[in-house]
Amino acid sequence: MSGTFVGMPAFPEAARAAVHNATLRGNLRHATHTIRAKRARAVAELDDWPALREAGRRIKDHTLRHLDRYLEQLEESVTAAGGTVHWAADAEEANRIVADLVKATGESEVVKVKSMATQEIGLNEALLAEGIHAYETDLAELIVQLGKDRPSHILVPAIHRNRGEIRDVFRSEMGAWGRPAPEDLTDTPAELAEAARLHLREKFLRARVGISGANFMVAETGTLVVVESEGNGRMCLTLPETLISVVGIEKIVPTWRDLEVFLQTLPRSSTAERMNPYTSMWTGTTDEDGPRAFHLVLLDNGRTDALADQVGRQALRCIRCSACLNVCPVYERAGGHAYGSVYPGPIGAILSPQLRGTASEIDASLPYASSLCGACYEVCPVAIDIPEVLVHLRERVVEGGPAVRQGNKVVLKPARGHAAERAAMRAARWAFAHPGTLRAGQRLASRTRRLHPRTLPGPGRAWSGTRDLPAVPAEPFRDWWQRTRAGRDGAE
Amino acid sequence: MSSRDRILGRVRRALADVTPDERPYGEAVPRDHLRVHGERTPEQTVELLAENLADYRAVVHRADAEGLPLLVMRLLAERGAREVLVPSGLPTRWTAAADVARIHDRAEHTPQRLDRVDSVVTGCAVAIAETGTIVLDGSSDQGRRRISLVPDHHICVVRVPGQVVSSVPEALERLDPARPLTWISGPSATSDIELDRVEGVHGPRTLEVILLS
Ligand code: SF4
Repeated sequence: MSGTFVGMPAFPEAARAAVHNATLRGNLRHATHTIRAKRARAVAELDDWPALREAGRRIKDHTLRHLDRYLEQLEESVTAAGGTVHWAADAEEANRIVADLVKATGESEVVKVKSMATQEIGLNEALLAEGIHAYETDLAELIVQLGKDRPSHILVPAIHRNRGEIRDVFRSEMGAWGRPAPEDLTDTPAELAEAARLHLREKFLRARVGISGANFMVAETGTLVVVESEGNGRMCLTLPETLISVVGIEKIVPTWRDLEVFLQTLPRSSTAERMNPYTSMWTGTTDEDGPRAFHLVLLDNGRTDALADQVGRQALRCIRCSACLNVCPVYERAGGHAYGSVYPGPIGAILSPQLRGTASEIDASLPYASSLCGACYEVCPVAIDIPEVLVHLRERVVEGGPAVRQGNKVVLKPARGHAAERAAMRAARWAFAHPGTLRAGQRLASRTRRLHPRTLPGPGRAWSGTRDLPAVPAEPFRDWWQRTRAGRDGAE
Repeated sequence: MSSRDRILGRVRRALADVTPDERPYGEAVPRDHLRVHGERTPEQTVELLAENLADYRAVVHRADAEGLPLLVMRLLAERGAREVLVPSGLPTRWTAAADVARIHDRAEHTPQRLDRVDSVVTGCAVAIAETGTIVLDGSSDQGRRRISLVPDHHICVVRVPGQVVSSVPEALERLDPARPLTWISGPSATSDIELDRVEGVHGPRTLEVILLS
């Protein structure tokens, strides 16, 4: 992944700083609780939810199992429909391809629709280094970009900002990027949205190049799908003359019909809606409607390494709905930034260490950023057993063993006695623990799952052998803070 | 070695432990989910569409063939629209009563020109009752994707019950993936500010759906 987060402190330090920031905590708590309840209602409307979830899991597993075949089929269908397919083994190559494509158009600015993949590769920074300005057009991304901030949630990247902060950012920063915010801008969401509409409209109308990701790519037809709310996606996908989509290789589904599953599960899991306001689907180029040139950049960047891991590969089923973030007690308290990656929360804790390896302290500590309560697995619309992968990755950190890195087989050294182990153990204590419960010696027991490890694997076994793992108490972190809060504002 | 070959090679090595599943796709991936949720008459399906459209803040109207031109005229007048975008295949009757300048959907219009137009009137390809969604596929009564995007006011005519299906699976079956598709469920919205839903960011802030019987 990109160097954006290099130098991040490991999860426990970053999380500790975050939990001391009262504003951040309040914003996150309000936001995650609101969406959690709404999601439950949206899901309850469909009485075949378990069957949809199972179908989603099977479709994705089948695709991953034959990924080579479906990638080749997709390339063929996109090409036949008038698109051009590029392959990027890593972030650097993807950035190079996109920068060259933009330069070939003679343009020095592009409009972008929110995409995890382009954040992962640090595309905006790479383009800027080549003199190309990339404008984020998603409201939340705009807030993040103007505030020189980092996203903290997959779906609502500015979830850590409240309306007053957003107004301040708009007032002070919009002018430097284009149309300034009105002098008398208040902090009502409708006014803030209006300011964003006017600020971005001039950019959309003159844009010649659009950059996007995609939620799905259909191998049989070559169709790409972007699911969104605001209409900025439609602007970027239809007004420019050139469209460049950077998409992870795992985003494929085999057939057109497969969309019937995900177009039901994704909106309900992510924004808790029956359907999101806008979904765009395009197949190559269309005469006199939309971009005349379409480029698809297929991105590996560690995905094939994850695919080589028999337990970890299930993380590639992820459809980035962010339901697991919204139910996670650790995420709710620590916030997205503590994960040191564009992929925060439970999915980030299993995806980042697989995409980037566990060499850095933050990546080695991520598998410990969880209490293994299992709520993430319960809500996941493709049934990724996140706790299972977490336990597996913990074992990898402490015991080492065979793995694949950048396509090469390697044997990871056990982290015993190394910085990573110390980080991991500190994180374990932070995440699991609560001194009171540790003393009480309750066993790790999940309220939501029957299957869970009783002891930590590997050398962790020795650790957990002497201390029973704590149960997940009703409000462990809140109690813990109340006792330990230093009363200082430690974040940012 | 090209990156294409490198990536495909990595994929194949990564899957060395996996035995390929050579059954036909339908068998390999069984689907036990429902095609439709609940049983309804065609009238009830239209009713559900109206309810779900309104739930996501689309304004729903009903008309028959005779009343449609007057309704369109009224909606445009209430909006104070002076210029209206019309796709090339839109029945001329639909806007015949309205006292507005008709701007025809043409390739040479710049986005800036479209931005000065007040409203757009289109048909649709299919509407989905369970989700309150209308789908446009660029047919001649719907026009290019951008004409239903740039103006701030969109009037969409759905022929009922013929164009209404119950569910997402039924809609996909009717649609042609080779066409550019836009699925619209209510006006543009954002929940990015403290998860408060605000209607209207970049797409049309007012969506009016006329159920034409
Ligand atoms: S892991 Fe599952 S719940 Fe989490 S973002 Fe991915 S699909 Fe959604």
